[in-house]
Amino acid sequence: MGFVLRIRRDHVDAIVAHARRDHPDEACGVIAGPDDGSDTPERYIPMVNAARSPTFYEFDSGDLLKLYREMAANDETPVVIYHSHTATEAYPSRTDIAFASEPFAHYVLVSTREDDVADFRSYRIVEGEVTEESVQVVGEAGAESPAIRLNPDVTPVESYMFANTGSDDVPDA
Amino acid sequence: MAVTVSIPTILRTHTGGEKSVEASGKTVAQVIDDIESRHGGLKDRLVKDEKLHRFVNVYVNDEDVRFAGGLEAEVTDGDTVTILPAVAGGMR
Repeated sequence: MGFVLRIRRDHVDAIVAHARRDHPDEACGVIAGPDDGSDTPERYIPMVNAARSPTFYEFDSGDLLKLYREMAANDETPVVIYHSHTATEAYPSRTDIAFASEPFAHYVLVSTREDDVADFRSYRIVEGEVTEESVQVVGEAGAESPAIRLNPDVTPVESYMFANTGSDDVPDA
Repeated sequence: MAVTVSIPTILRTHTGGEKSVEASGKTVAQVIDDIESRHGGLKDRLVKDEKLHRFVNVYVNDEDVRFAGGLEAEVTDGDTVTILPAVAGGMR
């Protein structure tokens, strides 16, 4: 069984809105959650891209220290670490892989290369090895929600569009 | 000279799972060597060619040592040294 990222629709919206706002520069941030193994993203924290670049992102070092101290004080962990690619696909680059150092985080990549829809994909990156995981969006899209496209190869349409259709709903033969 | 060194999740395999360790030294380099003498393997993850690795940030109290002398940044008794992996990447 593969990994899965379960993420609230309002968090997805906030990430995509941030990526659109900073386009063509890369946008980045974190969703922190309780450090209890529950793997639940709860507190959305957009970060400044200190590099202010269309090809690179980096959390400002002072902001990074503040963020980790806050999370330590709240018993939180970075459940999601996100950034955008603004001209290429939503797949981790060599640089992304080289820097990735939170083996328990979901690395979310958003691509804003298309104007009308943003690719939204998630990965585990452990010791240089990338594994794409399915994304399960919890909650309905609102009127203001930006259009997103999940990767159908890892996220079967049924699992997020018809989340209530389990095996219980299949009539007995 | 005792300082407290905060260890990030990814490097705790080198400290037996400890989130922070006590160490001694007058500079960041000496502190790292002192930890290395008890927890082998940590130094390789932090230092390359006598410089701090690009992928990590090291702070003495609130200051990123990259702007304060790098490995030669001074530490004094009671200081906290924090090691954090840089969060960075890009399209290439």
